[in-house]
Amino acid sequence: MAQRTPLFDAHVSLGARMVDFAGWDMPVQYQGILPEHQAVRTAVGIFDISHMGRLWLPGPEGISLVQRVYTNDAAQLKVGQARYGLICNEKGGILDDVLIYGHHDGRGLVVNASNREKILAWLQGHQGTRPVSILDQTFETCMIAVQGPQALALVHGLTPADAAALPYYFSTETTYRGRICTLSRTGYTGEDGVELIVPRDLGPPLWADLLQKGAVACGLGARDTLRLEAAMPLYGHELNEEIDPLQAGLSWAVKWDKGDFIGRDALQARKQDPSRPVRVGLELEGKRIAREHAVVAKEGGPIGAVTSGTFGPTLNKVIAMAYVAPACAALGTPCQVDVRGKPAPAKVVTLPFYKRKRNP
Amino acid sequence: MDQKTLRFAKTHEWASLTGDTCTVGISQFAVEQLTDVVYIELPEIGDHTFVGDSFGEIESVKAVSDLYAPVNGEVSEINEVVLNDPSGVAKDPYGKGWLVKIKVEPGTTLDHLLTKAQYDQQIASEDH
Repeated sequence: MAQRTPLFDAHVSLGARMVDFAGWDMPVQYQGILPEHQAVRTAVGIFDISHMGRLWLPGPEGISLVQRVYTNDAAQLKVGQARYGLICNEKGGILDDVLIYGHHDGRGLVVNASNREKILAWLQGHQGTRPVSILDQTFETCMIAVQGPQALALVHGLTPADAAALPYYFSTETTYRGRICTLSRTGYTGEDGVELIVPRDLGPPLWADLLQKGAVACGLGARDTLRLEAAMPLYGHELNEEIDPLQAGLSWAVKWDKGDFIGRDALQARKQDPSRPVRVGLELEGKRIAREHAVVAKEGGPIGAVTSGTFGPTLNKVIAMAYVAPACAALGTPCQVDVRGKPAPAKVVTLPFYKRKRNP
Repeated sequence: MDQKTLRFAKTHEWASLTGDTCTVGISQFAVEQLTDVVYIELPEIGDHTFVGDSFGEIESVKAVSDLYAPVNGEVSEINEVVLNDPSGVAKDPYGKGWLVKIKVEPGTTLDHLLTKAQYDQQIASEDH
């Protein structure tokens, strides 16, 4: 039986269409993917992301364990700073992409729902002789994303800490209804906004508060079109255990000189192999959507495959991310994508497809 | 189209026969399942249709579905308006959201299709 977040009843009463995602009953849409997508790009949308794994590793041993398994630097972090990185296996293949949060007394981890148990087991299996508590706080908490140009204004006043005062990719401990919560200026949509982690029982009141203030409830359908336009990878599509961070275009999240980490040697070796397919963005002609596994071809021969594809509502174009042979990865390279037996002309374009306008 | 006079395929197309012209569209239920239609592919005028075979496709952000011909015949008209603006199907699936008109042989009936009552029963058991 699928798991439910504390907001399940709220979704159903809002008329959400529910779907199984990674063993959780989650809303895929409420009023429709297109209007929800637009709401996030132009106003503010909220997402229930309570299904994602939230782990806490206290103390210097916790910091050290994260540093051992994580490709980016988990040690040199300012208090409250959030950082994106990968956890790899010994072959350099990606086990998960995660966000870590720096606190003076340990490290928080937010991991994909589909990988929560895998990462927990990985951390437990690699702590060695060090005594490390690895606390899974997923079921004690609720997590809600508030995203869009009006997101910061919407949450103003909900917590004593002001989100607008947080630098991008920073978090702070604050309170909501008098209880401790985490507020971070992070997100997965390509828009400005925050993510809030509250005690489990405060999830429904927070969701209701946000709706009452005018936020639009958004589901996983819009979450996917938004992150795809922003070219953010999704585990299970652009990332998996056969793919390394370098070919995924995430070498900026690998810090070679921060000390040893699991997979470092393998990654160094993989770096020397120029034949590995690399992630690219594709823009297709026409309106037919190329989905995962669609074959990408050039001059009759296959050069790769699509990992995610959709109609990008903000761009008004069919877009896809794919892995292709490096020789065919140059910007502007023309190719064809096999969409259900018919070739759709396409070309390699720069990533991200969409970039929000930043305030100067 | 008066829904009560329509016949329905199990695959959610509706059909209405007047003389030797059969008008075809998709049901309200199908529209609700799809949501967010972004693309429709229809046959060309003159193409032949065969009962149960795909004559086109309808694509939403989430998924693509084949459109299945409810009758044998020859496509005599396609709805250019919804080709240009697929949202027209959702707005009026039984009226302005029609998809194709098919010229059928004399003696063709819609008896092999479900009545509205039978179709409503089918979707009641499908919808959860």
